Amino acid sequence: MKRRDFIRSSVGAGVATGAALSLGGANSLLGAEAETDFDLVAIRGGEPEVMFDKGIAALGGMSRFVKPGQRVLVKPNIGWDRTPERAGDTNPKLVRRIIEHCLDAGAKDVLVFDHTCHEWTKCYQHSGIEQAVAEAGGKIVPGNSERYYKHVDVKGGVKLKETDVHELMLNTDVFINVPVLKNHNSAKMTIAMKNLMGCVWDRGYYHKNDLHQCIADFLHFRKPDLNVVDAYRVMTQNGPVGVSLDDLVTMKSQLISTDIVAIDAAAAKFVGMDPSEINHIKLASEAGFGTMDLSKLKIKRIVV
Amino acid sequence: MKLSILKKIRVVLALFFFLLLSAVFIDFRGTFGDAFYQWAVSLQFVPALMKTITVAGVVAWGLIAVLLLTLLFGRVYCSAICPLGIMQDVVSWVSRKVKKKHRYKFRKAWTITRYTILGLLLLVVLLGGITLLTVLDPYSLFGRIASYLFKPVVVWVNNLGATALSSADVYSILYQYDLAPVQWAVLGTTILFFILIIVMAFNRGRLYCNSICPVGTVLGFLSKYSLFKIELDHDTCTQCGKCMRVCKAECINIKHQTIDYSRCVACYNCIDTCPEDAAVYRISRKGKKEKTVDLKPANVMVAQPKGPQMNKRSFLFTAGAGMAALAGVASVKKVQAAATAQQGSTIHSSNGGKIPEDKNYAVSPPGSESIERFNDICTGCSLCVSACPSKVLQPSFLEYGLAGMLQPHMDFHAGLCNFDCTTCGEICPTGAIKPLTMEQKHVTQVGKAHFIKANCIVETDGTDCGACSEHCPTKAVHMVPYGDLVIPEVTEDICVGCGACEHACPVTPHRAIYVDGNPVHLEAKKPETEKAKSDLKAGEFPF
Ligand code: SF4
Ligand code: SF4
Ligand code: SF4
Repeated sequence: MKRRDFIRSSVGAGVATGAALSLGGANSLLGAEAETDFDLVAIRGGEPEVMFDKGIAALGGMSRFVKPGQRVLVKPNIGWDRTPERAGDTNPKLVRRIIEHCLDAGAKDVLVFDHTCHEWTKCYQHSGIEQAVAEAGGKIVPGNSERYYKHVDVKGGVKLKETDVHELMLNTDVFINVPVLKNHNSAKMTIAMKNLMGCVWDRGYYHKNDLHQCIADFLHFRKPDLNVVDAYRVMTQNGPVGVSLDDLVTMKSQLISTDIVAIDAAAAKFVGMDPSEINHIKLASEAGFGTMDLSKLKIKRIVV
Repeated sequence: MKLSILKKIRVVLALFFFLLLSAVFIDFRGTFGDAFYQWAVSLQFVPALMKTITVAGVVAWGLIAVLLLTLLFGRVYCSAICPLGIMQDVVSWVSRKVKKKHRYKFRKAWTITRYTILGLLLLVVLLGGITLLTVLDPYSLFGRIASYLFKPVVVWVNNLGATALSSADVYSILYQYDLAPVQWAVLGTTILFFILIIVMAFNRGRLYCNSICPVGTVLGFLSKYSLFKIELDHDTCTQCGKCMRVCKAECINIKHQTIDYSRCVACYNCIDTCPEDAAVYRISRKGKKEKTVDLKPANVMVAQPKGPQMNKRSFLFTAGAGMAALAGVASVKKVQAAATAQQGSTIHSSNGGKIPEDKNYAVSPPGSESIERFNDICTGCSLCVSACPSKVLQPSFLEYGLAGMLQPHMDFHAGLCNFDCTTCGEICPTGAIKPLTMEQKHVTQVGKAHFIKANCIVETDGTDCGACSEHCPTKAVHMVPYGDLVIPEVTEDICVGCGACEHACPVTPHRAIYVDGNPVHLEAKKPETEKAKSDLKAGEFPF
């Protein structure tokens, strides 16, 4: 109850200041609260949980995406055995807040998993995400064994025509994708679309069969209902695992969107890249999964 | 005084040690910390001995404890601490339940066999190898049996449970665990010994301990001089022979009322059984008067007992000879080729993987310092294999050649060595893997990555890949422009040989990037990084 009150009040304040300060703040202060049909919400300057509170409120709150009694899948990046300071994985504070919002919206269950690159128990533990999920009241689910994955067809996929996806991909109602923004040596950046590679068992297949095309193809199977990009600490070089703290820039930013192509395009801009430089963004845009032309989007900018 | 309490104490201790040792080898969830592993293994004789020899200036307290125990009370190590011994007791116990008429009786010692084996072992050590110790050390033998035979059973049961629970949406209690495949040769050797020991124990109690086990031979020798001994009190003993029939060491000569202390494992069954309380445990009255059993070699060879026959020139030697023959062909390359030959046909459309990797050396674990040093010390107990969170440590067959048989090597198909992990050094009880600090670990170069461009997907398929560089913790493997794409490049001096690249490279049957071991580990340079920058001002949006 307390939590809910806190979310409400901080949201009110945030939207007001955010609208006033944001660069594109043409919306009137009063109009901003009512209007929720943004393609993308970009927030800067706060702690991850505070930014999420404000951002999701600008989209009309979590209840727009999560209905009472639904099972929600939250898919952060938990790929690496790294502490939150190293920003190899999604910020645990953000994961926790998203789960809290889902439960507040009446979700029956919020489930969290990733198919990790390093030994999974270490990743879950050291990333702080296991603890964050437990504290928020969600369920952390292993993704370490092929036995958790089910064979599916990817209808419409160019290179990825079939794959094995985690069973949670098949039995949850709402899918929230929560990547961390990072540099990536071959995918160029790893953002929302690339994060979905952690939903399949055989990542090697992607690498062997035109990485970028496979990343885009996966959207034929399932598109997230909501994407939240964690850009609090951003690894702008030596990604995706990072060599040292030198690889990070603290950007205190966050992006929220239902359009996975738009959010990847916007996130790329944060590190000075043109979205069209990133092949999978281009391919997904061409396949009609979203818009990478940011000028065509209705963007809400919030500064905390 | 009723001494039968001794047996109860022995049984309790034995079960404790058996479960403890089984637990550390079976612990696939890493429930017990590194300190627990160390502690659990500290009383094991061979690792404690190895540590004392290898780590200069350290006398492992476990070694002192075992020697003292033996000199005081006889072979209590064998009856209460050695997991392999206790495993045999379990088998003997079962055999007595199954075969109602199972009785032991006094038999001659296999003296020649035991000392020959011990002698050979020492000879081989002098010639610069510990293969025979690796093969015969009871602790290591048990370690492999528990790791490669018991653990899969436990994991299988666990996985059944996990499947049932996850279908009910419960993920928090059990999770699926995938064992790394073990080479058939390693598995075969383990199974062979397991069967040998089971058969021997089923029919002849502690025959293995008293004929083959080198630790049994050494401690048996010491036991002759131990302070407390079991004696048959000549005044009260009626020579009913009940003690003899429960003596699984078959060392009670009831006719002469003597006990062969070199074989007595201090199990106290006799004390527990004797209706007259004539089997007593006391400071030996007169070691000299109790004439020990005549051990004339002639007798040993001729007097074959009834019951299942056991060829003394046991299969060990045959196996040994076979392996010696194999040694001729031993090389990383051959083993590797055999392994890839089996891997055949994963579905993929890449054209790469045609050129074989050119590995000259196996990769020994970080902290082992050099292959030679490692091969001289590691007894192949597989504790590190069990404890390695990344599963990269796997038992070798001939990767190191015959000298390193069953010792763990880094198998990058099974896993990668986590940059921030120092587990194996923390737990290795022999000192074969020295503990490294995190700073040391980060610059320990166990091998170097080599790139085969002609196998690489970027070259063969003209598409992006970069899985290798993605996983590289130092960015020794990094991507450089290659037309519209990027292709890997290796900076050898900052590579630590962790195998992340090789593990991640999806090309089959041969990888496009692989780690060749450093026969002597080197120090890697630290990667130099520049501070990352961003032009974006606080509160500003780039769109
Ligand atoms: S290196 Fe591993 S297998 Fe060898 S003695 Fe140490 S723990 Fe046992
Ligand atoms: S340091 Fe490497 S080899 Fe040793 S336990 Fe850790 S991951 Fe395994
Ligand atoms: S993992 Fe590296 S070496 Fe292997 S195919 Fe991909 S880019 Fe080439």
